[in-house]
Amino acid sequence: MTVPMRPSPSACPACAAAPAAEALAARALPGAQIALSLPTIHCSACISKIERALNADSRVKSARVNLTLKRASIDAAPEVTAEDMRALVEGLGYEAYELDQGTLNATANDRAGRDLLMRLAVAGFASMNVMLLSVSVWSGAEDATRDMFHWISAAITLPAIAFSGVPFFRNAWAALRNGRLNMDVPIVLAVVLAILTSLWETMLSGEHAYFDAALTLTFFLLAGRYLDHRTRAIARSAAEELTALEVPRAIRLRAGVEEQVNVALLAAGDLILVRPGGRMPVDGVIVEGTSEIDRSLLTGETLPVFAGEGQVVSAGEVNLTGPLTIRATAVGAETSLHRMADLVAIAESGRSRYTSLADSAAKLYAPGVHILAGLSFMGWYLYTWDVRTALNIAAAVLIITCPCALGLAVPAVTTAASGRLFRRGMLIKHETALERLAQVDTVVFDKTGTLTTGMPQLTNLDGLPRAVVEVALALAQGSSHPLAQSITRAARGAGFAAAAVTDITEVPGYGTKGRCNGQEVRLGRASWTGAQALSETATFLKIGDQLPVAFTFADALRPGAAEVVQGLMDQGKRVILISGDTTPAVEALATRLGIPQWMAEALPADKAARVAALTAEGAHVLMVGDGLNDTAALAGAHVSISPATALDAARVASDIVLLGNDLSPIAAACVTAKSATRRIRENFQIATVYNVIAVPLAVAGLCSPLIAALAMSLSSITVSLNALRLR
Amino acid sequence: MNILTYLIPISLILGGVGLVAFLYTVRSNQYDDPEGDSRRILSDDWDDHPKP
Repeated sequence: MTVPMRPSPSACPACAAAPAAEALAARALPGAQIALSLPTIHCSACISKIERALNADSRVKSARVNLTLKRASIDAAPEVTAEDMRALVEGLGYEAYELDQGTLNATANDRAGRDLLMRLAVAGFASMNVMLLSVSVWSGAEDATRDMFHWISAAITLPAIAFSGVPFFRNAWAALRNGRLNMDVPIVLAVVLAILTSLWETMLSGEHAYFDAALTLTFFLLAGRYLDHRTRAIARSAAEELTALEVPRAIRLRAGVEEQVNVALLAAGDLILVRPGGRMPVDGVIVEGTSEIDRSLLTGETLPVFAGEGQVVSAGEVNLTGPLTIRATAVGAETSLHRMADLVAIAESGRSRYTSLADSAAKLYAPGVHILAGLSFMGWYLYTWDVRTALNIAAAVLIITCPCALGLAVPAVTTAASGRLFRRGMLIKHETALERLAQVDTVVFDKTGTLTTGMPQLTNLDGLPRAVVEVALALAQGSSHPLAQSITRAARGAGFAAAAVTDITEVPGYGTKGRCNGQEVRLGRASWTGAQALSETATFLKIGDQLPVAFTFADALRPGAAEVVQGLMDQGKRVILISGDTTPAVEALATRLGIPQWMAEALPADKAARVAALTAEGAHVLMVGDGLNDTAALAGAHVSISPATALDAARVASDIVLLGNDLSPIAAACVTAKSATRRIRENFQIATVYNVIAVPLAVAGLCSPLIAALAMSLSSITVSLNALRLR
Repeated sequence: MNILTYLIPISLILGGVGLVAFLYTVRSNQYDDPEGDSRRILSDDWDDHPKP
């Protein structure tokens, strides 16, 4: 405790103690920091309505809505839970979801971006001032005036470059120390050499000084870096928001008392209660309760599996019908969910190390520039035996060839393309993902949760007698089981009314039973209703002693699934379906979508192996998947996409995340990626054309600072405009 | 040409003021919510008295 406790002159000890205690209380209770995601807010009325309602709550200290991030941050009294605030906002008619504060804190202040912006601002300010002085020199200032302008330019340039150029100096040094050349080495060399020769010229009252060129170069290159950084920061914060939406909480049972704790605090041996609809937070063994569990995210099976006492469950499985108490056997990094990460690491190491277009350009370019500048220095030195002239020309060559347009060529295009794709609901997480997406010729889809929603749809409603459907509806409408909900939806949609069924009870793990007209009616698993199990997903209704009636289901297609498969095939790509589900289910879907190649009952390792085999054949594979069983394949593929509903592990392993429910942007994204790559190549060509025109002038010693400034600005502007043409 | 003695420092100072103003806006988080701020100016919640 650091509260100052000076000896108080007060006679009453309580008077002295009270303020100290208050101060202590204020310190010990820092209050609750709550973040809510508000995806539906869109106007100033929404902001003031939500802020007014939140601030009206007496427990809230302050609340602020951020419309850009569609998020509310609330500073409230410590006893307030996020659930209270969520209910309050939902009461106003807005969707609200809790965001995990721990995950968000990492993104709260983007220090690197701010740092780059500061350097950009300084470079911009300095280059404008120096340019202003240079214009007077170009338009004919002479003698003492010219020298004075040069000296003032030098006074502005030196500190400005020292501050703004730090990112380049750092990168170039890192590359040189490892004995490599990157784009930053020629940049640093050009800037430093330009400044040194200009200083020397200025001291000798020379005519040419390249202070403006050095600064403009830094400014344009920093602009490219900043664009690049922003694109990535936006993608990163959106990806982290997806993770933050899954608040890692579990209900721990201690001496029969339920308490909500963070998943990180769980230990092996803890008893954990998982309510219907909840996801297993850890690996464990069921000690109490029966239910059914949905393992589709782990294995790709659509059929819910019976779960009873003594059965082993894995983290990531979803509990469907009855509450389960599990004893944790493995937590955190030891869970099967995390062990999958090893598989991902192996797959990733196998992924062919992709060289981005920018890197391959730099590899060609960096040595070329150095050789060219070195040769012109040698040539002029041997011709004139004058170090000053030779050095001046070498500096001019470096400045002219410097990758100003090259530095903007890639970021300008990727920023434009990522922004366009983001508006269509695709989040580009990796910087080279677009380039890799453009090369794709084979697309591998997962079935459950990717092409299908994982939500069953009743298929044989038309063939069932009315009375049967009405009894089934009565039994199903109270249940949260996905098959029951599907029956309810289908029957209500077709205009059926529930029959009079009494004494309805749900038997977790088996089904629902009740009484109708004095007979027992049961809706549930085949074994429980005395029916023969079918090969497809089905549930059975047994009325009294009659033969059980089957209700069959098929997985509902995700919106846009048919379009995306058709679209990709129209583009001449090979489409393959690989699933962990049963053969009939996979075959049915493949026929429905017209996918010629499919593979069923694939284990996670099979999927990764198949992707690796395709890669070995020379194919560039795009993997689209959502489950844990897909993670290794996602990481091993040339480029990978996962929907936002996927498990965290799958989203981390993939390069692109699909934010909406619709799959159709994938086909369009392949087209956008292709045109983006074409624009990048065009930009390189434009930059080369400028160099081809200006370099001979520089080598011949005809280049003045004016020509250098013109070439640099024009090429940068052309490149940026070309990037904006992207559709 | 003597006028340059005044003009150059003045232009540098004015430019510097712009730079400092920009750095201040960056440091005080004024770019955190560009969309929300552009709409907040239309709200009349705190027209009569400042936000407490």
